[in-house]
Amino acid sequence: MGNASSTLTQYDIEEVQEHCNNLFSQQEIVSLYQRFCQLDRNAKGFISADEFLSVPEFAMNPLSQRLLKMVDGLNFKEFVAFLSAFSAKASMPQKIELYDTDRNGKVTFNDILDVLRDLSGTFMSDKQREEVLSQVLQEAGYTRESSLLLDDFVKILDKPGLKMEVEVPVD
Amino acid sequence: MSEISKLNSSCSELDLDRPNLEDYLPTGSIQQPHGKLRLRDLLDISPTLTEAAGAIVDDSFTRCFKSIPPEPWNWNVYLFPLWCLGVVVRYGILFPVRVLVLTIGWIIFLLCYIPVHLLLKGHDKLRKKLERCLVELICCFFVASWTGVVKYHGPRPSMRPKQVFVSNHTSMIDFIVLEQMTPFAVIMQKHPGWVGLLQSTILESVGCIWFNRSEAKDREIVTRKLREHVEGADNNPLLIFPEGTCVNNHYTVMFKKGAFELNCTVCPIAIKYNKIFVDAFWNSRKQSFTMHLLQLMTSWAVVCDVWYLEPQNLKPGETPIEFAERVRDIISVRAGLKKVPWDGYLKYSRPSPKHREQKQQSFAETVLRHLEEK
Repeated sequence: MGNASSTLTQYDIEEVQEHCNNLFSQQEIVSLYQRFCQLDRNAKGFISADEFLSVPEFAMNPLSQRLLKMVDGLNFKEFVAFLSAFSAKASMPQKIELYDTDRNGKVTFNDILDVLRDLSGTFMSDKQREEVLSQVLQEAGYTRESSLLLDDFVKILDKPGLKMEVEVPVD
Repeated sequence: MSEISKLNSSCSELDLDRPNLEDYLPTGSIQQPHGKLRLRDLLDISPTLTEAAGAIVDDSFTRCFKSIPPEPWNWNVYLFPLWCLGVVVRYGILFPVRVLVLTIGWIIFLLCYIPVHLLLKGHDKLRKKLERCLVELICCFFVASWTGVVKYHGPRPSMRPKQVFVSNHTSMIDFIVLEQMTPFAVIMQKHPGWVGLLQSTILESVGCIWFNRSEAKDREIVTRKLREHVEGADNNPLLIFPEGTCVNNHYTVMFKKGAFELNCTVCPIAIKYNKIFVDAFWNSRKQSFTMHLLQLMTSWAVVCDVWYLEPQNLKPGETPIEFAERVRDIISVRAGLKKVPWDGYLKYSRPSPKHREQKQQSFAETVLRHLEEK
């Protein structure tokens, strides 16, 4: 790999920074580039799913397959844009995008069921999951058929709920 | 994909070695709903997501195997020419001298070793003694060829039965550095190329044991061989690197418990390399061993400290895994290394689905429990 920051010019850094809406500082982008090069073993320009899974902490996470679908094959600019949702400065709408995997702007009963399936694995049956979800939805004033929009999320989760901040280590 | 499944099957064997990983990893990665189960508890996947994203950005496992390059210091008008002069001296003068020293050493070694090996076939005890001395000699030559400055602290290992030596592992030169002081028998991964040739001819005489990482069944055979070696009174003391792989000398990964369930005294050895002239970490993914040796031979010196620590025994009521962790603690503290809860073999295989399943299970149980309560 050698000296990674020498292959990233000031123009490159600014371009990437613009693409992620200035959610990362320039130093953080340099660190992320070093990390990207470390994970991308053959310098292909993107990180394959297998290379992500070589990080044991990531492979052990129940949501790893879901994240992999979003992050597999991204080049560096897109990689930083994806991670910007986790930056301390990211606003709510960006964080919601992570839940809405089919990007249609709303989160349906089946979307939530999918995530629950990832989180509970084989330890809950589909029937149990549906039952639990229907019950809590009803208590919160929604039905099976309702789809949650951004405003609903804000209401349900309220501000302290969405603590999804990841710190980029800067040497 | 088939390669990954092949790797996964050998991983299941390695599970037995590991203490509960959950004890080390940050808890709370899966939310535990308190009180009444509400919609927000099911919707809030942020802790899990954060952990996954955190692992993408930085993780303690990859850090163990990262070669940390030294800061360049030669960036101005008078330091740069000095550095260039240094390069000329190192490559033009030191390197040829060292190659010469090493060649002379090999010639002397072979001239003595081959006759001893062939002619003294009948007198085993004398032959073994001479071969041990010769192996020590060639290791001294090796260390001299990198201008090794090795400080040994603590009492030298004594040749007693029922003891094994364990050490942290940074590079294959660990073995050479330790061997030049005491003739150890070692257990090593069988390597290809000229290293493999050396392993099967010369190291046989010191009594070495080979294994193959990728063979799952190999473990039982290896454990048996280890036991046999330790029981034998005449054999050289056994040196084991319980990490199973080379780590970058800033961290230690989990010790395999194999060395700690042999019913004998474990003598820890800590090795710490000073990176002032060269980084002795052998990053086997980036360099072949030959390139690594060449890199050492073209640098000014290899400086390291070796500490022979107090022998440890299994305490009553302690499991071998706890014993291994206790010894790892002793070595890490002495050498100033940070401990990491990962199995070194994860370099070659994926973590088993057991860990993910544990998290899933605890989440499912909490949710179901709340469901019952209604």
